Parts: sequence; C-alpha cells; structure tokens
Amino acid sequence: MLFTGYFILEGFDFGVGMLLPVLGRDDKERRVMINTIGPVWDGNEVWLITAGGAMFAAFPEWYATLFSGFYLPLLLILLALIARGVAFEYRHKRPEATWKRRWDNAIFVGSLVPAILWGVAFANILRGVPLDAEHEYVGGLLNLLNPYALLGGATTAALFATHGAVFVALKTVGDIRARAAALAVRLGVAAAVLAVAFLSWTLTIRSSTAAVVLAVGAALALLGGLAAATVRREGWAFTGTAAAIGLAVATLFAALFPNVLPSTLDPAGTLTATNAASTPYTLTIMTWVAVFFTPIVLAYQGWTYWVFRKRIGVAHIPQH
Amino acid sequence: MDALDVARWQFGVTTVYHFLFVPLTIGLSVLVAILQTLWHRTGDEKYLKLTKFYGKLFLINFAMGVVTGIVQEFQFGMNWSDYSRFVGDIFGAPLAIEALVAFFLESTFIGLWIFGWDRLPARLHLASIWAAAIGTNLSAYFILAANSFMQNPVGYRYNPDTGRAELTDFVAVLTNKVALITFPHTIAGAFLVAGSLLVAVALWHLIRNRDSADTPAYRFAARFGSWVTLVAATVVVITGDIQGKIMTQVQPMKMAAAEGLYSTESPASFSVLTIGSLDGSRELFAIKIPYLLSYLGTGDPNGTVQGINDLQALYSAQYGAGSYTPIIPVTYWSFRLMIGFGLAAAAIALLVLWSQRKGRTPTSRWLLRAGLVMPILPLLANSFGWIFTEMGRQPWIVFGEMLTRDGVSRSVSLTEVLTSFTAFTLIYAVLAVIEVKLLIRYAKAGVPDVTPTPEPDDTDDAERPLAFAY
Ligand code: HDD
Ligand code: HEM
Ligand code: HEM
Repeated sequence: MLFTGYFILEGFDFGVGMLLPVLGRDDKERRVMINTIGPVWDGNEVWLITAGGAMFAAFPEWYATLFSGFYLPLLLILLALIARGVAFEYRHKRPEATWKRRWDNAIFVGSLVPAILWGVAFANILRGVPLDAEHEYVGGLLNLLNPYALLGGATTAALFATHGAVFVALKTVGDIRARAAALAVRLGVAAAVLAVAFLSWTLTIRSSTAAVVLAVGAALALLGGLAAATVRREGWAFTGTAAAIGLAVATLFAALFPNVLPSTLDPAGTLTATNAASTPYTLTIMTWVAVFFTPIVLAYQGWTYWVFRKRIGVAHIPQH
Repeated sequence: MDALDVARWQFGVTTVYHFLFVPLTIGLSVLVAILQTLWHRTGDEKYLKLTKFYGKLFLINFAMGVVTGIVQEFQFGMNWSDYSRFVGDIFGAPLAIEALVAFFLESTFIGLWIFGWDRLPARLHLASIWAAAIGTNLSAYFILAANSFMQNPVGYRYNPDTGRAELTDFVAVLTNKVALITFPHTIAGAFLVAGSLLVAVALWHLIRNRDSADTPAYRFAARFGSWVTLVAATVVVITGDIQGKIMTQVQPMKMAAAEGLYSTESPASFSVLTIGSLDGSRELFAIKIPYLLSYLGTGDPNGTVQGINDLQALYSAQYGAGSYTPIIPVTYWSFRLMIGFGLAAAAIALLVLWSQRKGRTPTSRWLLRAGLVMPILPLLANSFGWIFTEMGRQPWIVFGEMLTRDGVSRSVSLTEVLTSFTAFTLIYAVLAVIEVKLLIRYAKAGVPDVTPTPEPDDTDDAERPLAFAY
C-alpha cells in the first residue's frame, strides 16, 4: 500500500527529474520544472521512508532478506537519492553555470537510476529469487539482472517519465507546457507498449483473477490517460497515469499474494505474508497507528497541493 | 578484517555523519520558529531578517540531514539483517511511527514554509515552521526510544520457537526509562549546537563590521544564542547526571568503562584525565576528584561502583565465556571529551554575554576566534556522547540479548560491504566539503534585505514572480 503511494507520488517527481535535460532548454525552464515539484518532493520521499519503516515493523523477515539480498542495487538507489535530494536544495545556491549544470546532472541521474532499479527490484520480487531455508539470499548480483527484470526496469522508467511529463504539462504555462504535453504522448505510447508486455509476462509467471483484473485496469487507465493527454486534458491525463502506476503495483502484489518473496531454490525459503510477519500484537498497533494517522497525512499533503495549485511559467521565476 | 568489521565501521561513519546534521536541525528549527514568532508579534524588521538568514542556514543543513537519514532507514536491513529479524517486531514499530507521525509532518510543512512566504496567510506560514519544528523533535523521540531498547530492552519476551524477540508491551517500549532521560539530554545537546551557531555567525558580523545598520539584529542574535547555549548546557548537565545513574543500574559495565575502573570501589573517584597505559590498567599520573564517580553513578558520594573485572566475571558466569568488556580507551576518552567540549562551548557563551554587558559591542579578536570554534565544540561533544553510548554497549547490539557479531547480514559479502563503505564515505566527504562551503558563504553574506520591492502596477497578481523559487 505504502509502496503504491510512493510510486504514484514520487513517480512524477522522478519523471520530472529525468526529463530535466530533455524539456528544460535553458536554466529558467529547468527552474520552472524543478519548482513544480519543489514544495512536495521531500514529502513524497517520506512515503518511501514510511514504506521502509512499515516493512521493518510489519514484515521484519521481508525487510531483512530483501534489503540484504538486493544489497548493491539498493546501494545505488540510496546514492542516487542522496545526490538528487541535495541537488534540489543546492543547485540555486550559487550563480555559476557549471555549478548548476553539475547539480542538474545529479538530478537527472539521481532520478533515472531509482526509476529503473525499483522496476528491476520489484520484477525480481515477483519472479522469485534464490533463498535458502533460512531465508538468506544466495544468488549473486547477476541473478538480479535477468531479461524479465530489465523489462520491468524499462517499464517503470517509461511510466515515470510519462507521469512526469504529464505533471509538467499540468503545472506550467507557455511554451514548456506545449512541449511537455507533446512529449507525454510520445512517451506514453512507449510506456504503454512496455507496460503491456511486462504485465503479460508477469501474469505468465504468477497470476490470480485479481491480478488479471488489476492488470487490465492498469492498461486501460494508461490508455485513458494517453487519450486525455492527446486532447490536452492534463488533469485527466495525470489521473490516468497515476491510476495506471497504482494499479500496476497492485497487480504485482495481487499476483504475489500470499507470498511476499518467493524462493526459486528451496520452497521452505519462500517468504509469505504469514511467515514474514510480526506478531499479531505489533500488527494491531501498527494498524491502529496507520488508520489514525494516514488520513491526517493525506489531508495535509493534499492541502499542500492545493496551496501550490497555480501553474507556473518562465515569467514567475525571480532573478535569484 | 571481515565483513562484520567493515559493516560496523560503515554504520559508525554513516550514523555519526547523520548526527552532525541532526542537532542543528532539531535546535535551529525551533530557534527559527521563535525568531519568526517574535517578528510576527512585534513587527520589528530585525527579527524577520534573522528568520530569513538563519532559516537559510537551517535549510542548507536540513537537506543533508534528510538524505543521510534515508541511508539509516535502510541500512538495518542491508547490513544488520539478522538483527532486524531478531528485533523487527519491536524496533520496527517506533521507526515506522516516526516516519508516519513525524517525518511527514516535518517534510510537508518545511515545503510549505519554504515556498509559502507569499502563498500562505502570515499566521499559517508561521504555524508551518512550528509544525516542522515539532515534527523534528518528535522524530527524535521515536528514534531514541528505538535506540533505548537496544540499551535497556523492555516490554518484550524472547520466543524460543522463532528465535525472535516479541513485543509484549508497546507502552513500556515508549516509556523506557532510558528513553525518557535520553530524549531531554539529546535535545539539550542539540540546542547547545544551535545556540552556538547563532552566536558564532552573529559575532563574526558584529566584530568584522562594527557600525552597520544590522548591528542591532546581530547583537540580539548573539545574546539570544548565548542564553540558549547556557540554558541548554545546564539541562545537559542535569540530565546527564540522571542518565549516569540510570546507566549504572541497567548497564553497570558502561559506567565502569567510562572511568576505566577495574576493581569495585566505594567511594569511587572520577579522574579528569589520566596518563598511563592506553587502556587505563596502569596509570602514571591522574587528576582525580574524590567521591564524584560514586555520586554520578549512584547519587551517594560513598556509593559503590562496580569494577570491570567483577562485572566481566559476573557476565561470563551469566552468559557463557567470552569478553563482555568494551574497548576501554574509547569509552574513557569519549566520555570525557563529550563533557569537556560541551562545557567549553558554555564557557564561551558566558564570555560573549559578558562582552555585551550594558550595551557594549564586542571588539576582541580573541573572542571572535573563540566564537568561531564555538559551534564545533558541542557538535564534537554530541558525536563523542554517541560514540560513548554505542561503544560502551559493546559487545552487545541489544544489551543482554544479542551480540553485535550475531546481528550482521550473512548474505552480504566482504566485497559488497567494502563497496558500499567506500561509496558512502566518498560521497559523504564530497558533500561535507560542499555543505560547509555553502554554509560559510551564506553565513558571510549576512542578513538579507527585507524591504519589499515595489510592484510595477501593470502586472496583475497571476504574473508576479514567486517570492521564493529553487
Ligand atoms: C553537547 C552535547 C553533550 C554534553 C555537553 C554532554 N552530553 Fe552526555 N551525551 C550527549 C551529549 C552531551 C549525547 C550525544 O546526546 C548522548 C549520546 C546518547 C545520549 O543519550 O546522549 C550522551 C550520552 C551520555 C551518557 C550515556 C547514556 C547511556 O549510554 O545510557 C551519559 C551518562 C551522559 N551523556 C552524561 C553526561 C554528563 C554527566 C554531562 C556533563 C556534565 C554530559 N553528558 C554532557
Ligand atoms: C537512536 C538511534 C540509533 C540506533 C537505533 C543505533 C543503532 C546502532 C546499531 C544497530 C549499531 C550497529 C552495531 C554496532 O556496530 O555496534 C550501532 C553502532 C554505532 N552507533 Fe548507533 N544507533 C543510533 C544512534 C547513533 C548516533 C546518533 C550515533 C552517533 C552520532 C551513533 C554512533 C554509533 C557508532 C559510532 C557505532 C559503531 C560502534 C561500533 O562499530 O562498534 N549511534 N548503533
Ligand atoms: C540510526 C537510526 C536513525 C534512523 C533510521 C534515522 C532515519 C532518518 C531518516 C529516514 C531521515 C530523513 C527524513 C526525511 O526525509 O524527512 C532522518 C532525518 C533526521 N533524523 Fe534521523 N535517523 C536515525 C538517527 C537519528 C537520531 C539519533 C536522531 C535524533 C536524536 C535523528 C533525528 C533526525 C532528524 C532531526 C532529522 C532531520 C531531517 C528530518 O527529520 O527530516 N535521527 N533520519
């Protein structure tokens, strides 16, 4: 659930970061793009932190096995997030062009790398990885880089890029808005092809009725979003790409259930929602905390989007 | 060298590094909120200038706190997976709640505060910085409750079937007596850093640039910061004293290691410094304060403080053969450096206040130099305090329950840990240089001009540039 929230929200700010060198022709345009996500990216990233914390609390075995098993990809994601997070804050702190260019690169790489690697990671979770009977990961790094997982990475990258382009189109005015809208359509076609291929492959590995329904829903949402983008209805387009990402993540979890990390080696190594979970007491506490606080968080995050609802353009960027 | 050693080094380096930014975030968020409240209340421009000025320094620092924190959240699973399996049922909950309750609050409202200068009504904008400050301080509570479980496990039982610790009483975890006292001590330590930063920057401008229009603003900041530092120092000493007593109860070995006390003594004296063999087993010269250790540990000047040798024998009998003694030179010196550096900062704060008595403006070059090192002192004190706490717990990762060497990830190879350790160290070193340069650059730039720029009449509201943009 939290990962769904994370991918929908941070999906677009990864997308904006990835498109920075593509859509942002000059410094002002790049600043416009960064400012569309400026007030919200940190809040979006906290979804990841919460997902990590919740996983630790609710499924300690899963948290432990996954993060120690996917050690190097996760390391790359962390390094990317570090570079990117600092870049947003520091890029405008000095006037020199080289300074800004370096941080722009950090934003680009720092957005692209996690966008691909999260796809790779989730595809591997779905496909299953070699776990021994004690739930320890015994495959090497190369084991994670199989064709299915790479397709997963390409899919998430394309989806997030589309989502980001739609978001830029939604939040800006002027020339950049038109270019973002046009780009969104082109990226969206690529994303749709990749997503359909990836989800179909997924369903051949593992499937359930719920997963099939969700996968079809994801495809329809993406197509709907694309159609809306073509006719420049940006609000609907954004809803469409957001729903597509959410449904795609849901598809993966529905296909997995009741497993959370299948073992390709020893069936005893498979982690399920039961054997990876905490005690009922801890789960009860976590559920109550989540039930109580999640709506509050959603309310004030929603309010933030409302406060910063205005579109911005090159004219709004102050000199300094 | 094996994967365990590197994993420990990596944890130590990344955590100490994270904690270089944390105290400033905790303290400065509140101080900036106070400054903005003063402006809101009085309308005096100098407070607005100070809010914007220190707010900028706060944000430069905050960015680093955030990105290094993300590493923390994941490295338990990456490097300490057996530990995570063992304690996840208990340890994960405060971490998750911290994120849900505190980090969301803080990150969202910081965003609102940064970009909201012209978008939010003044009151709501002020409320935003307070919400962020509260979030930051809340986050410290939950993470410290988690850490306190490792120092003094409570509210759980060991399940021999699963081999895991299971939560039985969450309230007990949150009200762990170690957590209750660690929190005020750590927060006070944070204010010591933030207060010192206020002083250092203000003093630099005061002495370098004597009769500027902004002198009143800097005078205020220097005095305000000095008072914060002094009050924080008092709280740190009081809470530290209580902490010492609790520590003697729950982890007597740590107290013995803090003093390098080998045999049980009553009364025990506290040595300010010792010259002798490095592990303190032989001393050549020492300055000792009689009764002080007994008082620090038990509250009674004649109280008994157990020695390392006796405790080692006791633990061996209880937990099986092995060494249960931390590395004495590290605990001995980190404990003294924590106290010494922290109190030195407080002494400088007193000097700064003295230099401004009866409306004087300080001029002394010596004072300037002292002021400039001032923020570094409590920062080091904080690091040494943590190094003491964590190293004094060794060899345990969860005191009495799990040894550090049993907590490490078995599936992560030496090459992998070396890769990550090198990568983190390098990127952290580069970022440290960038951050310090930026801080100095913006600190030197001084308080901003806050006179509103007149609006050209023909631009309507929608066309106005943003008050703040990245
Ligand atoms: C500016 C920082 C600072 C200063 C001046 C002091 N401390 Fe401290 N101390 C910390 C910052 C700190 C810390 C970094 O925040 C620690 C690490 C863990 C914790 O609870 O606080 C700490 C830990 C810590 C512990 C270990 C608790 C444990 O492991 O259970 C004790 C016994 C004390 N302190 C006692 C003192 C005393 C008696 C002080 C002064 C007379 C003192 N501290 C000054
Ligand atoms: C409150 C949150 C904290 C938790 C949950 C925590 C937990 C841990 C864990 C799991 C280890 C690894 C095991 C080990 O190497 O001993 C460790 C070690 C360490 N921690 Fe902490 N820690 C916390 C805060 C801090 C802070 C703020 C600092 C310093 C500023 C710090 C300093 C260290 C050091 C230096 C080590 C290395 C000790 C060693 O390698 O033996 N810790 N801590
Ligand atoms: C080793 C355990 C620790 C973990 C897992 C951890 C986790 C995190 C994370 C994930 C962030 C980023 C939050 C964001 O994106 O907004 C962060 C930042 C921060 N942490 Fe830590 N931290 C640890 C140690 C500590 C300690 C010991 C303290 C304080 C006593 C602390 C206080 C803070 C503060 C004040 C920030 C500032 C930024 C923020 O909260 O967003 N952390 N930490």
